[in-house]
Amino acid sequence: MSSDTGRGAKADRIRHLLETEGPAVEANTLGFNQGRYDSVADLEDYEALKAEARAIKEDAIERLPELLEELRETVEENGGTVYLADDAADANRYIRELASENEAERVVKSKSMTSEELEVNEALEADGVDVVETDLGEWVLQVADEAPSHIVAPAIHKSREEIARLFNAEFDPEEPLETAEELTMFAREQLGELIREADIGMTGANFITADSGTIMLVTSEGNARKSAVVPDTHVAVAGLEKVVPSVEDLAPFIELIGRSGTGQDITSYISLLTPPVDSPVVDFDDPDVAFADREDDRDFHLVLIDNGRLELREDDQLRETLYCIRCSACANTCGNFQSVGGHAFGGETYSGGIATGWEAGVHGYESAAEFNDLCTGCSRCVEACPVEIDIPWINTVVRDRLNRGGEDGQFDFLYDELVPDEESGGPALQKRLFGNYETLAKLGSATAPVSNWMAGLGPVRTLMERTVGVDSRRPLPAFQRETLRNWHEKRGSRVSAADANREVVLYPDVYTNYIDVDRGKAAVRVLEALNVHVRVPDVPGSGRAPLSQGMIATADEKASRVYAALAEHVDAGRDVVVIEPSDLAMFRNEYEKLLPEQSFERLSDVSYEVLEYVYGLLENGADPTALRTDGPELAYHSHCQQRTLGLDAYTRAVFDELEYDVLESEVECCGMAGSFGYKEQYYELSMDVGERLAEQFTTPEASDRLVVASGTSCEDQLDDLLARDAVHPVEVLDPRSRHH
Amino acid sequence: MSADSPSPVERFETSLDALEVSVTRVEPRTFDEALRDVVLDPETVVGTPLPFDSVSLPDWVDDEPTPATLEAATTGVTAASLGVADYGSVVLPGTPDGSEPVSLFQDLHVAVLRRSDLVGDMRTAIERLGPQLREGHSAIVATGPSATADMGALVKGAHGPKDVHVLLLEDGGAADE
Repeated sequence: MSSDTGRGAKADRIRHLLETEGPAVEANTLGFNQGRYDSVADLEDYEALKAEARAIKEDAIERLPELLEELRETVEENGGTVYLADDAADANRYIRELASENEAERVVKSKSMTSEELEVNEALEADGVDVVETDLGEWVLQVADEAPSHIVAPAIHKSREEIARLFNAEFDPEEPLETAEELTMFAREQLGELIREADIGMTGANFITADSGTIMLVTSEGNARKSAVVPDTHVAVAGLEKVVPSVEDLAPFIELIGRSGTGQDITSYISLLTPPVDSPVVDFDDPDVAFADREDDRDFHLVLIDNGRLELREDDQLRETLYCIRCSACANTCGNFQSVGGHAFGGETYSGGIATGWEAGVHGYESAAEFNDLCTGCSRCVEACPVEIDIPWINTVVRDRLNRGGEDGQFDFLYDELVPDEESGGPALQKRLFGNYETLAKLGSATAPVSNWMAGLGPVRTLMERTVGVDSRRPLPAFQRETLRNWHEKRGSRVSAADANREVVLYPDVYTNYIDVDRGKAAVRVLEALNVHVRVPDVPGSGRAPLSQGMIATADEKASRVYAALAEHVDAGRDVVVIEPSDLAMFRNEYEKLLPEQSFERLSDVSYEVLEYVYGLLENGADPTALRTDGPELAYHSHCQQRTLGLDAYTRAVFDELEYDVLESEVECCGMAGSFGYKEQYYELSMDVGERLAEQFTTPEASDRLVVASGTSCEDQLDDLLARDAVHPVEVLDPRSRHH
Repeated sequence: MSADSPSPVERFETSLDALEVSVTRVEPRTFDEALRDVVLDPETVVGTPLPFDSVSLPDWVDDEPTPATLEAATTGVTAASLGVADYGSVVLPGTPDGSEPVSLFQDLHVAVLRRSDLVGDMRTAIERLGPQLREGHSAIVATGPSATADMGALVKGAHGPKDVHVLLLEDGGAADE
């Protein structure tokens, strides 16, 4: 549970990682992420491939018990053994016994996150077995005695210079090692010696096919091939979710896994091993016996780990976690991960977006709680995930459950008045404050400007920071006394319904209605300029704010109220136009989980982002001359959720059609993400993420441009980062616009 | 496929070029000479017998490797059972005579692929492999040399070959579209 000191400690830890590991993590993840975009662009039908991969995993998890039975039979027919371990202790006991029976002195391993989950190295070492990681990155960490910071590239946080210092200190080579080439060749030589003397080779498995008993390993170095083939005993450890029905099912994953992860079209080696393998043992104790003359009796053990997975399979909200192919796309595309890496954005074993599901499933909620808040719900990982897992939803569900597991009764009665939510458990004070932002905004607006003046006072900010952790370095938005709805009611509609081309409801999201009223007015004028009759009825907040704090019951209640308020308009054939992309994302995405199917479909079918709607009007013949077309050059940042919904293209197209000169940002997220950037413990991280955006908008080419952003948070963040006003695209197009 | 789109062989060559893997088209009668041109040192070449009718390994290749000769050699020659045009991949079957270590331990791996064993895409390759894997066999889909970026920059030859050379054997068969 967050507290003043807890938040401070967290901020310190994040600051430390930003300074030490941040630069290497940033360079590597940005490279992987760009590689992914470039690589998937070459695929003829990326979306179809993802859908196919998803369908295979859905089917495999659905039929898991049956496939595990088939796999057991196949492996046994092939001459291997299958052991289904209940948990880490069970798996480790089996592997230790195996090592003991083989009188094994050394086990060589290829990279396996599942073996990290088991902590099998420590278990074997306790018995005096020498365990050697042969993946170069893993070996670096073994030498340094550190944990992986990335599920695919474990030493991503270490620079070449650091590795050189480590090796030179540890091994004292005749000539100090310096270049990547020297370091690699040194490691190859050292590990080559260790592999040739190994008694057991241990690998993981990216996939296992039930029909043939084949394990697929995705690697680039060749160490997995050596580990599996040189010794006569091979142990493969894998989560039981890795099984797929047939060899043919591997095809889409082979095409997707490297591209999604490190941005390689394919890694050097896709090993398809059906153990015990036909290849001869490479026995350096028998150096002169030809391979062809050997009579090897290879031993193979497949250790499948449950460790909470079968329970995850029964969990309707978290089951999707088991579809994860551990490609790391969700980590590489995540703004926060790009800044701090897996040592902050990770639990006991797993890191990155999907780690919340894994940690909650295999280690428990406490491990997930450590880093779950680092998911801001920006949703960029949803598009990146090759098996289409709704990762933000998994994070939200775990956050909700953590809230409910919290201590009751620590909130006083007064505070409960301020936060009229539906939460039965005890979300932390900070979460409830931001989750109930709508109530706060209403109150703030009704009492403006006094509320703004109060909120701006030093002592008040100090108190806010100490009690609820609102960082005092972050300017607070100013509430407007006259809301968008008040303004519109007084002013009335300028295009009569009878003469109008279309009739719309402009959704008065909390921020537009109470704070950034100007962008709401601009939206009304832009729509009217295109001959649209605009209504601004009383509709509650979408539930985005409580959802982002993991308050699902409150968000659910909001969704019902929004639908109730809009249903009549939808029935009357009116379109719903939304300014704030995160609210539209609720209507189009999360409401599927919160509303009855029919209600969800009716609302989402007629809901549009405002520039998407303008685009549609122009495409259907609306006259653009009433819009402002002689505007300034623009630096545009589209909103993360808007891009995941594929809507950024419409803003671009409208600006294009109206001949605006636009420079667009290339970052995944501004780093603000609603309340995230206000939180004391995350302020510096939020600014660090934002720095990547600021860099792009302060280049000589961009620094004189009008800054335009589609999301509330992005506008606030850009205001803070650049000390230049950022506006919404409708404010640029507004016929009365004065922005330049 | 339209008339002017590149053939699988051309696509294969383009893919290999992007991987910085050299490829030589060879006729069976010039195979020995072509092989001699690409190996690092003809004195230290190990190989496993090629399962092809049209060519076999020349006598200067040690085709009965042992752990000792494996360690001393610089070039390994093995047969590829399939090539994948889209990716520049070669499929290397694991065989009892040691194709797996021979293709893995040397600085240079020479993969010999019949033109007729070239397929266009990964899906077709995996469909071909399915029955073999179900019979208990193993294979590596190898694409370019062994590589790592773990030490701060891309380095070839992390645990496996630093270079790969593909000899594409013209054997009269037509490649699959």
